[in-house]
Amino acid sequence: MGLVTYVSFDGEKTTVDVANGDSLMQGAIDNGIDGILGDCGGGCACATCHCMVDEAWYAKTGEPDDMEADMLDGVLDPKPTSRLSCQVFMSDELDGIVVHLPESQF
Amino acid sequence: MSETTVIIGAGQAGGDLASALRQLKYEGRIVLIGEEPALPYRRPPLSKAYLSGEMTEQQLYIKPAATYEKQNVEVKTGVRVESIDRSAKTVTLGNGETIGYTKLAFCTGGHARRLPLPGAEKPNVHYVRTIEDIEKLKAQFQPGKRLLIIGGGYIGLEAAAVGIKKELKVTLVEALPRLLARVTGPELSEYYYGVHTAKGVDIKLGAGVEALEGGDTVETVVLADGTRLEADVIIVGIGLIPNTELAEAAGLEVDNGILVDLQCRSTTDPDIFAAGDCANHDHGFLQRRIRLESVPNASEGARVIAATICGKDAEHNGAPWFWSDQYDLKLQMVGINQGYEEVVIRGSMEEHNFSAFYLANGVVIAADTVSRPKDFMMAKKLVAGRVKSDAATLSDESVELKSLLG
Ligand SMILES: Cc1cc2nc3c(=O)[nH]c(=O)nc-3n(C[C@H](O)[C@H](O)[C@H](O)COP(=O)(O)OP(=O)(O)OC[C@H]3O[C@@H](n4cnc5c(N)ncnc54)[C@H](O)[C@@H]3O)c2cc1C
Ligand code: FES
Repeated sequence: MGLVTYVSFDGEKTTVDVANGDSLMQGAIDNGIDGILGDCGGGCACATCHCMVDEAWYAKTGEPDDMEADMLDGVLDPKPTSRLSCQVFMSDELDGIVVHLPESQF
Repeated sequence: MSETTVIIGAGQAGGDLASALRQLKYEGRIVLIGEEPALPYRRPPLSKAYLSGEMTEQQLYIKPAATYEKQNVEVKTGVRVESIDRSAKTVTLGNGETIGYTKLAFCTGGHARRLPLPGAEKPNVHYVRTIEDIEKLKAQFQPGKRLLIIGGGYIGLEAAAVGIKKELKVTLVEALPRLLARVTGPELSEYYYGVHTAKGVDIKLGAGVEALEGGDTVETVVLADGTRLEADVIIVGIGLIPNTELAEAAGLEVDNGILVDLQCRSTTDPDIFAAGDCANHDHGFLQRRIRLESVPNASEGARVIAATICGKDAEHNGAPWFWSDQYDLKLQMVGINQGYEEVVIRGSMEEHNFSAFYLANGVVIAADTVSRPKDFMMAKKLVAGRVKSDAATLSDESVELKSLLG
């Protein structure tokens, strides 16, 4: 279990507990966080779970694999720390992570 | 009177609607009623990772029970809505309970079309729609068994891929002359025929099933041309029938789904909505009525209903899209290719890495991408933007699709 802070596009911060092994997408859905849709249920098929990892945390999440990187290429306004939140899994190391949510998932 | 939204059907659309209402700060009571015992769950893995045993039931749930509690959503599972009284604005459940509503949403999904033949009720004939279906199927899904799949749509093909992975002997029969005939062009049908055949699936096209023979179980499937196929386990994947009886009984207009407008509002009763597999809705992008069967469609419909109930403007207008996993191939499709005049292949079918673009009047109306997520993301934009292009450009890999967006 660790803390994740989701920062909405207009700056609202919500901090919630996410169990180790759960994706940050699931963490957002479970806590009713607006701004992450997760339409494909974590299959890396929809890119409606885009988030920008806070720069201080990006290195700890690791690099996206090819499939994810290709999906990210097509999201609205991708940033160097963009990730699909369904592909980032909670661990002790990520306890305290901050992610920023985009204006839109389309 | 205080507001109550009653949601019939605790599936993809129903669960999403409840959450979307709370995200929009809806303050009324929300009652989510589902016939199945489970909380709202994701169906796509039923024919993929759940059938193969790589996913647990818990992992199928869209959200845990605690989330509904926190969102103050009353979830009643394992109970059916039996009737609706539109003048009194109440629904009555199978357990006799009556609940009043100010807004009512049908998120009732559909049920697998049954094989209309004697013997289809025997215990080795399976359908693939619910957790319960898969639990029954899994018990018989053993290495070495002869699996016969009736129907060459997504569900049949995904089940075939899992069957091969689990070392069953897989035969698939399809009544039409090609696979995936309802949803894709002949090029993709042929491609998937090749893929499955190479993996060891014995595919018979143009093969209607005429009879099921056997004792306590079905042992032989007889085709229209007289061919007899022996089988231990049979999966029937021949389509879905929307669950509309309740809506019909309540006097709502139904025609291959509950008829609703761009806001997912019933054409008969402005306090009643429908989304997901059970809804035949006006579609802003396609500019016609359509009934779709996909998660994105159910989720979008749910979001549109929530916004409408909360007095916000929203329309069901996203370009439809879908995905399907077979073996290690990731198929992602966008748009509806109906009426296309030309299909353009980008990439290489031999290398299992390509996209098919469908053009009508020079406009990209749909695309099927195989293990090309980048093309898929761009195709979504090309289709949504009704971008014009041509075969020479789309097939030229040195031209970035992005550059076509202008
Ligand atoms: C095996 C399989 C694989 C799939 N794969 C994909 C895929 O890869 N990608 C994709 O996009 N889509 C896929 N789909 C389709 C997708 O799952 C459906 O389109 C989606 O679940 C539709 O959501 P829904 O809410 O309309 O219906 P459902 O999720 O079916 O929910 C409807 C619920 O309503 C309940 N209900 C009905 N009548 C009543 C009543 N009177 N009272 C109470 N409850 C009632 C039902 O029991 C059911 O639980 C797949 C479907 C299946 C079956
Ligand atoms: S949930 Fe679909 S890509 Fe992350």
